[in-house]
Amino acid sequence: MVKKTKSLNLNFGPQHPAAHGVLRLILELDGEVVEKADPHIGLLHRGTEKLIEHKTYAQALPYFDRLDYVAPMNQEHAFALAAEKLLNVQVPIRAKYIRVIFCEIGRILSHILNVTTQALDVGALTPSLWGFEERETLMTFYERASGSRLHANYFRTGGVNQDIPLKLLEDIEKFCKSFPKIINDLESLLTDNRIFKQRNVDIGIVTKQEALDHSFSGVMLRGSGVPWDLRRSQPYEIYKDLDFKIPVGKNGDCYDRYLCRIEEMRESVKIILQCIKKIPKGPIKSVDGKISPPNRHDLKQSMEALIHHFKLFTEGYRVPKGNVYTAVEAPKGEFGVYLISDGSNKPYRCKIRAPGFSHLQAMDYLIRGHMLADVPAVLGSLDIVFGEVDR
Amino acid sequence: MIIKNLKDLEKFINSELASKIQKSVIENNEFLIEVNESDLIDVVRFLKSNEKCKFRQLIDIVGVDYPEHEKRFELVYLFLSHENNIRIKLSIKFQSDQNIDSITKIFPSANWMEREVFDMYGIKFKNHPDLRRILTDYGFKGHPLRKDFPLTGFNEVRYSEKEKKSYL
Repeated sequence: MVKKTKSLNLNFGPQHPAAHGVLRLILELDGEVVEKADPHIGLLHRGTEKLIEHKTYAQALPYFDRLDYVAPMNQEHAFALAAEKLLNVQVPIRAKYIRVIFCEIGRILSHILNVTTQALDVGALTPSLWGFEERETLMTFYERASGSRLHANYFRTGGVNQDIPLKLLEDIEKFCKSFPKIINDLESLLTDNRIFKQRNVDIGIVTKQEALDHSFSGVMLRGSGVPWDLRRSQPYEIYKDLDFKIPVGKNGDCYDRYLCRIEEMRESVKIILQCIKKIPKGPIKSVDGKISPPNRHDLKQSMEALIHHFKLFTEGYRVPKGNVYTAVEAPKGEFGVYLISDGSNKPYRCKIRAPGFSHLQAMDYLIRGHMLADVPAVLGSLDIVFGEVDR
Repeated sequence: MIIKNLKDLEKFINSELASKIQKSVIENNEFLIEVNESDLIDVVRFLKSNEKCKFRQLIDIVGVDYPEHEKRFELVYLFLSHENNIRIKLSIKFQSDQNIDSITKIFPSANWMEREVFDMYGIKFKNHPDLRRILTDYGFKGHPLRKDFPLTGFNEVRYSEKEKKSYL
């Protein structure tokens, strides 16, 4: 007797807590085995690239906070670097340190969110409660420096907006001393946990070759054993003076990626501590009046400063003709900005290369042949944030 | 010869692909080559498989619209070689009615990138396995990143309090 089977189509999301936002995933199931996954994205598409074409360079920057909104300053960084490369502006050394400190805070913010929500997806509630308390502390650091917890708008072409307030570095240092214990606590809940391992070990395996073919970057690439980190291989800012390790996975499964993220948080803490030790005094943005606005005092005393201020906040600065691609190692992978300038005060084209876009694309290949229950585990380990995928 | 920097790469590419290269420049410490759109597949395959280039990763595909040019569209392919720690930009320019060869056979990750270019610019790719819109809404009309597409779009959505539903 021949048994007739019919595959079942299942609509996962867009309103599903494990979809990490607004992902609509159409799954073709044979019993509980996934035969095909077709992610429908774009439900959070806001036309960021189009909007940027109609804004001056300074006005374009805040849009980058709204891409990967769990690590906003890392995105700003890529755009600031692109504009600086075209303008050929030198960034003062203190600003570089401040940028690195906040980028690493961003990395911790993102990894806490990812590790704890992935645990939540596979059934562990406690890590997210512990982790989010630390995120709250980190966001107050953001707030003290920039004025906002999430959408910082802190980096500028040629530096950062304002100097960090007194005692902020001391408090960040205090946090860095206490945070490793929290990582240990999180690990004690998850790393050797039988249920967590059953849900993650050998799930969503990516080989080295496939990781390259699918344009993976960041933890997705390192989890598969490719020692590639832009902070090390194409260092920007002051990363080449800092001492840190690049954790690399072995098996390329969800569990290795989790371990990489945990280790990266420890390395980030080390980087921040080194920066706090080394950070010099000095200016925090370019002294070129054509790019950085003058301070309040000069504005009221000097005619030239007044003119610069007026020009910067009406017309903005003009960027020389040309095209550049700059990439930073964002928490999720290589975040790049391809900027084309036609010599005016607005970008002619600003293409945003979001790491999550390539990662999500591989969903079909990652999940094929796995069980339905593995979908949240794989999705969690991809570290998807829809702000950047949909742009 | 081992490729260590952009100068080596420029020399190597120009000697190997001499007939296909239209233009090659090093600007802002980045290397860009321009080829004919008919040579795209050959050049991409060469960049990926050549023992010295080893551009094994496609980073992104960027569409650009120049409405006043005769060749209206430009596509920039960004590649990265982990082994040589070097990047390359490959550009093709073509008219708005031309179809471009899909590179999904060489780089599977080009799939969504090409879909995005199709969605945003209306550029069609030959031999693409599944050329659908990706970022815009179901049933969306027009190609938003073209320069002649207004920022506010063509449609306005309105909510009717009386009938409790929204209209286009």
